[in-house]
Amino acid sequence: MPHSETVDLASVPLRELHEQLHGLPADTHRTSWQILNPRGRHAVAVGLDAPIRVRVRGHVGYYAAGMNQKAIVTIEGNAGPGVAENMMSGEVRVLGNASMAAGATGRGGLLVVRGDAGARCGISMKGIDIVVRGSVGHMSAFMGQTGNLVVCGDAGEALGDSLYEARLFVRGAVKSLGADCERKEMNEADRATLAALLLRAELSEFDVRDFALYGSARSLYHFHVDNVSSY
Amino acid sequence: MTAPSKPGPQTLPRQSATFDRHTIAEINRAAATGIYDIRGGGAKRKLPHFDDLLFLGASISRYPLEGYRERCDTKVTLGGRLAKKPIELKIPVTIAGMSFGALSGQAKEALGRGATLAGTSTTTGDGGMTEEERGHSATLIYQYLPSRYGMNPNDLRRADAIEIVIGQGAKPGGGGMLLGQKISERVAKMRDLPEGIDQRSACRHPDWTGPDDLEIKIEELREITGWQKPIFVKVGASRPYYDIALAVKAGADVVVLDGMQGGTAATQDVFIENVGLPILAAIRPAVQALQDLGMHRKVQLIVSGGIRSGADMAKALAMGADAVAIGTAALIALGDNNPAWEEEYQKLGTTSGAYDDWHEGRDPAGITTQDPALAARLDPIVGGRRLANFLSVMTLEAQAIARACGKSHLHNLEPEDLVALTMEAAAMARIPLAGTDWYPGKAGF
Ligand SMILES: Cc1cc2nc3c(=O)[nH]c(=O)nc-3n(C[C@H](O)[C@H](O)[C@H](O)COP(=O)(O)O)c2cc1C
Repeated sequence: MPHSETVDLASVPLRELHEQLHGLPADTHRTSWQILNPRGRHAVAVGLDAPIRVRVRGHVGYYAAGMNQKAIVTIEGNAGPGVAENMMSGEVRVLGNASMAAGATGRGGLLVVRGDAGARCGISMKGIDIVVRGSVGHMSAFMGQTGNLVVCGDAGEALGDSLYEARLFVRGAVKSLGADCERKEMNEADRATLAALLLRAELSEFDVRDFALYGSARSLYHFHVDNVSSY
Repeated sequence: MTAPSKPGPQTLPRQSATFDRHTIAEINRAAATGIYDIRGGGAKRKLPHFDDLLFLGASISRYPLEGYRERCDTKVTLGGRLAKKPIELKIPVTIAGMSFGALSGQAKEALGRGATLAGTSTTTGDGGMTEEERGHSATLIYQYLPSRYGMNPNDLRRADAIEIVIGQGAKPGGGGMLLGQKISERVAKMRDLPEGIDQRSACRHPDWTGPDDLEIKIEELREITGWQKPIFVKVGASRPYYDIALAVKAGADVVVLDGMQGGTAATQDVFIENVGLPILAAIRPAVQALQDLGMHRKVQLIVSGGIRSGADMAKALAMGADAVAIGTAALIALGDNNPAWEEEYQKLGTTSGAYDDWHEGRDPAGITTQDPALAARLDPIVGGRRLANFLSVMTLEAQAIARACGKSHLHNLEPEDLVALTMEAAAMARIPLAGTDWYPGKAGF
């Protein structure tokens, strides 16, 4: 474990934290950081773009680790809305619960939530992989475009509403499916994808055979009079 | 109608003003297809507009400037409130956000070339940033839209400003759509969507709701970009006083206000024609909000929606805007709806000037299309030159008016320089009816 650099948000302004982290070159040796006293601050550790590890020691507000690239960010607490929003690559791990819109519009990388995630988890997801150890709220993966959402608990109402090509693996109960979302057969390749994601999320205790796969019925891909009630 | 066999004077066939030809054709179309009409462009109905205002030139009580001798400045700085790097434009007219997807790559390049020659900015749109426009736009504003297609931090950082789009004048409260014909392989890839599907983009941002969240979103974008870039907030005109006040409170550096005449790439006709305010009615409440907050001229106001000329620009500035934006007029300058393509418009069942099926991707002028053969018809260099010429004419026209009103900068134009021709315009613009010193709502009629 390399020596960890510490930034204490009780005394250092957020802007200075980001100046330090954004200034790191791609081959930086200063790869281990901890952020103290986040105290629910918004926009903590956003826009990172270097292969570093950041541990945030506490709860964070909105948009923690937003637009992350390459970095591995661990939040040792709960996260507010939009954690890891629009993530491009790297990893964000929330050890507590995440509020609504976790991983919204994410385009790559892995988001792991050890607790539950609120409503609209993975909304408009565009390639991100999201693994939630607990349950997710209503309208999760709304308009999900690509990527995988794995839910080890239950899913709330209208899962996968207006879904494009994102794939949703749910182990528990699904309260209801949204428009154009349907259950799919899981094949070997799907099971392999799921197993790999559970492994990366350090959740191998779950058995892939207990999950069901949901995806787009693709009936809303072209406007059609007979579908108007679904829009 | 009387039977023709009957002798004596006959009643002429009379069209109904209520059920006119257009209405009847629309009912027939709806009855046959079961789906609403989708089209591009802005409101086509006649609306109170800048035509309903006139300038009072100087004479004995006011002192004009010499047309070709005395300076009339046109520069504008956008975003000085909180951003470290505000934008400097030579002229107060910018190119509005129009998506790659709706427009061809060549059209985006032409907009960039033209705006750069003229010393102003262009804006991306719902579909991400293309190399064509980043490469050819000296100043490029990057839109942050509900769909977030193509959104990424690298493009955020190479933009000169960020525009958070809450809405558009053509469809305040509505989302976007791009029909399958235009979802080419490149467009699909940039948006992370399957090729050829009818794409719907959301009407609300996915990760926030309401003004308090907007403030936090702005903080996040500033933190990601090191507080360098001006943050614009764009709204469609509906409740301009409150929307502008809330955008300012949320921390915007610049607010963009788009009236219902504003163009769109594709929206339901019923939406375009029936939702929102004409820009004439929206400017004064917006300026009022800025003044009430002590932010007029500190937070800049850009207005758009049916701006066609230097006169329109001068009137908008006189009412308190800092700059204007153009969409449709810029496309026309590139060659959209040009009578030269009349034969082809006829084949599409329309005529030049009326062509608005931009969503179908069959634009004879090669602008609102992803078809490589059609898109190749637009030479970006020629198009860029034409746009630069048009922007230059707009500026010269506005300067001619401003000098006649005795102003050494376009921003010195003021409401006091204007009169209104109609009661409606007087009421909406809070400008006195011509020949009086009264407007509706002001005491003492
Ligand atoms: C073809 C086309 C595409 C547009 N795409 C967008 C868009 O992606 N995002 C946006 O905020 N506005 C979009 N608009 C609206 C313009 O930004 C602008 O508000 C409007 O065109 C201004 O009115 P005008 O066309 O009368 O000048 C589009 C307009 C047109 C004509």
